[in-house]
Amino acid sequence: VLHTTRPLHTTQQSLAPVPPLPEKGGEVRHGLIPEEFFQFLYPKTGVTGPYMLGTGLLLYLLSKEIYVVNHETAAAACILTVIVYAIKKFGPNVAAFADKLNEEKMASALAMKNDTIQTLQTAIEEEKKEQWRAEGRSYLFDAKRNNIAMLLEANYRERLLTVYNEVKKRLDYQVALQNLKRQKEQDHMIQWVEKNVVQSITPQQQKESIAKCILDLKALSKSAHAAV
Amino acid sequence: LPAAVLLKDTKLMDVKLGQLGSWLAMRDFTPGGILGAIRRGQERYYNKYINVRKGSLGGLSMVLAGYVILSYMWSYSHI
Repeated sequence: VLHTTRPLHTTQQSLAPVPPLPEKGGEVRHGLIPEEFFQFLYPKTGVTGPYMLGTGLLLYLLSKEIYVVNHETAAAACILTVIVYAIKKFGPNVAAFADKLNEEKMASALAMKNDTIQTLQTAIEEEKKEQWRAEGRSYLFDAKRNNIAMLLEANYRERLLTVYNEVKKRLDYQVALQNLKRQKEQDHMIQWVEKNVVQSITPQQQKESIAKCILDLKALSKSAHAAV
Repeated sequence: LPAAVLLKDTKLMDVKLGQLGSWLAMRDFTPGGILGAIRRGQERYYNKYINVRKGSLGGLSMVLAGYVILSYMWSYSHI
């Protein structure tokens, strides 16, 4: 059953942050009676009012035997004396010890909180740095584009060189082919002419030419001897 | 007339003496109501004397003294 008049989360999270504990509790006088009682009686009876009330009440209880004095009374008196003495003597020490324990707990919790805050702060700064780094990605892309352009250019030039070399090889081949052909024709013609000439020299002509050469040589040697 | 008409949530300190009977009749006496009243009283006592940074001895000793007095009252007829 949902009470329709109950407000449902009308404000922000009402549970956090938790309000801190109050420093000191309510005042208690003599360890037994809250201070509010004394303040309640102060306007009418002044400072001694509650004490008068206490004394009167005690005497009334004793005289009417509403509080009976027996062996338990003596035991209670001894025990209470010892307890009060112990509290008065060791109270502050125990309080200091408890406070120290509390302080340690608080300090460790606070340290944890501070560490977490610090970690988050550094994380925030790292994130900002990353954002700044991300802004530089335009430079990165420009460099990459330049790289790719250079690669393309180099590739193009290589292929151009290859084409040039291939064409030159083919042309050289054609030139060499023509040269070879002409040379072969020349050689062949020379050989053919020589062969024909040699064939046409009959043995008779050979003897006559040899005799003529010998006569010429003799004549020349004579003229050479004369010159020397 | 706020003094003449009792609302459900007036505190005991604000109730006039003549209206005490009607105020008492208005209270919630179902088991759930009684339990709620006990819980509220305990929370008030705790938040005042025990759930504090530097608690004193009075918070505990008042409970023990109340227990002593109550047990004396219950065992009075045996004395």
